[in-house]
Amino acid sequence: MSQDEILRVEHLKKYFPVEKSFLEKTFTRNRHFVKAVDDVSFSVSKGEIFTLAGESGCGKTTTGKLAVRLIPPTSGKIFFDCVETTSLDDESLRMLRRKMQIIFQDPYASFNPRMRIGDAVGHPLEIHGIADPHEKKKTVMQILDRVGLSPPEKFLDLYPYQMSGGQRQRAAIARALILRPEFVVADEPVSMIDVSLRTAIIDLMLNLRKDFGLTYLFVTHDLAVAKYISDRIAIMYLGRIVEIGNRETIFSEPLHPYTQALLSAIPVPVPERKRKHIALQGDVPSAIDIPSGCRFHTRCSYADKTCKEVERELIPVSPNHYVACSRCET
Amino acid sequence: MEYWTRNGNLRAVDDVSLSVRKAETLGIVGESGSGKSTLGLSLIDLIPYPGKLTGGKIILNGKEVLKLPKDELRNLRGTEVCYVFQDPMTSLNPVKKVGAHFVELIRTHDAKVSEKDAIEQARKLLRDVGIQPDRVDDYPHQLSGGMRQRVMIALAIALNPSIVVADEPTTALDVIVQAKILDLLNTLRDTYGMALILITHDLSIVLQRSDNLIVMYAGQIVEYAPSEEVYAKPEHPYTQGLLKSIPNIEIADQKLEAIAGYPPHLLNLPGGCRFWPRCKFVFDKCRKENVPLFKTGKNRLVRCFLCEEGRIE
Repeated sequence: MSQDEILRVEHLKKYFPVEKSFLEKTFTRNRHFVKAVDDVSFSVSKGEIFTLAGESGCGKTTTGKLAVRLIPPTSGKIFFDCVETTSLDDESLRMLRRKMQIIFQDPYASFNPRMRIGDAVGHPLEIHGIADPHEKKKTVMQILDRVGLSPPEKFLDLYPYQMSGGQRQRAAIARALILRPEFVVADEPVSMIDVSLRTAIIDLMLNLRKDFGLTYLFVTHDLAVAKYISDRIAIMYLGRIVEIGNRETIFSEPLHPYTQALLSAIPVPVPERKRKHIALQGDVPSAIDIPSGCRFHTRCSYADKTCKEVERELIPVSPNHYVACSRCET
Repeated sequence: MEYWTRNGNLRAVDDVSLSVRKAETLGIVGESGSGKSTLGLSLIDLIPYPGKLTGGKIILNGKEVLKLPKDELRNLRGTEVCYVFQDPMTSLNPVKKVGAHFVELIRTHDAKVSEKDAIEQARKLLRDVGIQPDRVDDYPHQLSGGMRQRVMIALAIALNPSIVVADEPTTALDVIVQAKILDLLNTLRDTYGMALILITHDLSIVLQRSDNLIVMYAGQIVEYAPSEEVYAKPEHPYTQGLLKSIPNIEIADQKLEAIAGYPPHLLNLPGGCRFWPRCKFVFDKCRKENVPLFKTGKNRLVRCFLCEEGRIE
């Protein structure tokens, strides 16, 4: 593991068992699994913003939760700051969590409705046994002020329902940053925020990266937002990464047919643009019953016989640009 | 249009006038709480209790809707104006087959149609929206989100309405499916010659897909103009701010600018212009006087004092 890597995941898999009725459990032997994440490998360097992008059900959120070990993986390895986290016990994990935090999509659901904002934001300090009550209040005020909830006195005693979505998401950011983490997973942090407030939240996150020396793993379905903030982007499809590259490369030379289709479908704020979007056949297959070979072959217009049989690995096509597609193999 | 609440009457939509022609798409864009959905529902008086239309006129194909007797108004819903809602999961009845939805709709409006004919019509409609006709025998849960939304669209066009109101029709869907559904709505609009009212929070979609657009802010229209003109030169400071704050994947190294502040609460509106606390160009008059819509072009209305004096930069 190189010096500037903060996170590295290798062959990560997460299978969720499919709930069955009592009778089915009794009379059938084979169990079914939702293969949410199915052999994913990538690494994130210190200070960078790495984005996992894809449609719903592609496994991006599960990968994000695995990265901070909110859930255990089925198999594979996760290294955080050179520490292998899949084999750690709960106590060591808790220590490590001071360095890694997560911001969730829904600012309405991620706060305890009966806890005042000041207490909720300061809660991580209590959990980790840092700071006495007086110091705690000071730290909370500082961080609230830093995320733009100022004057902080006004927000300390509010309940979540008394704040707007944008303010709540700022409070969620404050809660994630109060322990001064090095690494933050941001899971769709702006997708439930109104358009006019979105940019302000994104800019706040970018500024905080500079001031706190943060590394972000950004999870989003919105490629326009991904393009604005990311250094590198990984496109996921049905539990696998199909393409990884620098932001510019992904948008100017997308190579995987799925990436191309995805990009062509994004609405562009320009009237009467007859953009040609690449129509994909059918819907995303079920993650329980993943197609053989390349999992995209059922919808790919370039698919041939070998695509149905051989699963492709990510291979480099240029420095920092990896694609899992037979058309890119030479 | 007002909602009665415990804290007083909340005026969700305030003094809005609009018109839409056959085979035209009108986009209505605004943030949550801006009144865009309420406006859509007002068109045939579908406002849920405790909401109430408290004034105004709605003229549909020459008839004044609000003066019609109840049963005639009911008949309008479905035959003249149809809705496609955001969430295809909750808009279909989970214990009814897809076909049964069509049978109910068609026979409610014309009891003379036999069930067999209605199913036949359902099959044709499903084909029109790109679903295999055999799916009439499926239950909603057997369809994907995109297919359910296609079924909703098929139901909306079943009685050949003059207007289809699509309220956030693609918000619950992934981008690839979204593009397909919006294409479908465009095609159907052209084939059937209906008017399409597209309500969304996504300015990109509205700019790309509609002929004219309305920007709503805190219950009012702030800008109403052809999409191309808005794109070329947005006149209201809010529209300008929105355009500067949405990322465009076709521009390299884009700089986005945020709009300062938060939208106001409708029970606690600022005096004067509703946007002034967030406006970069605010001056004295904005804080004191209500702003009317000013005509700034042939088909263009803007609610801003800057346009009164032709002072827009």
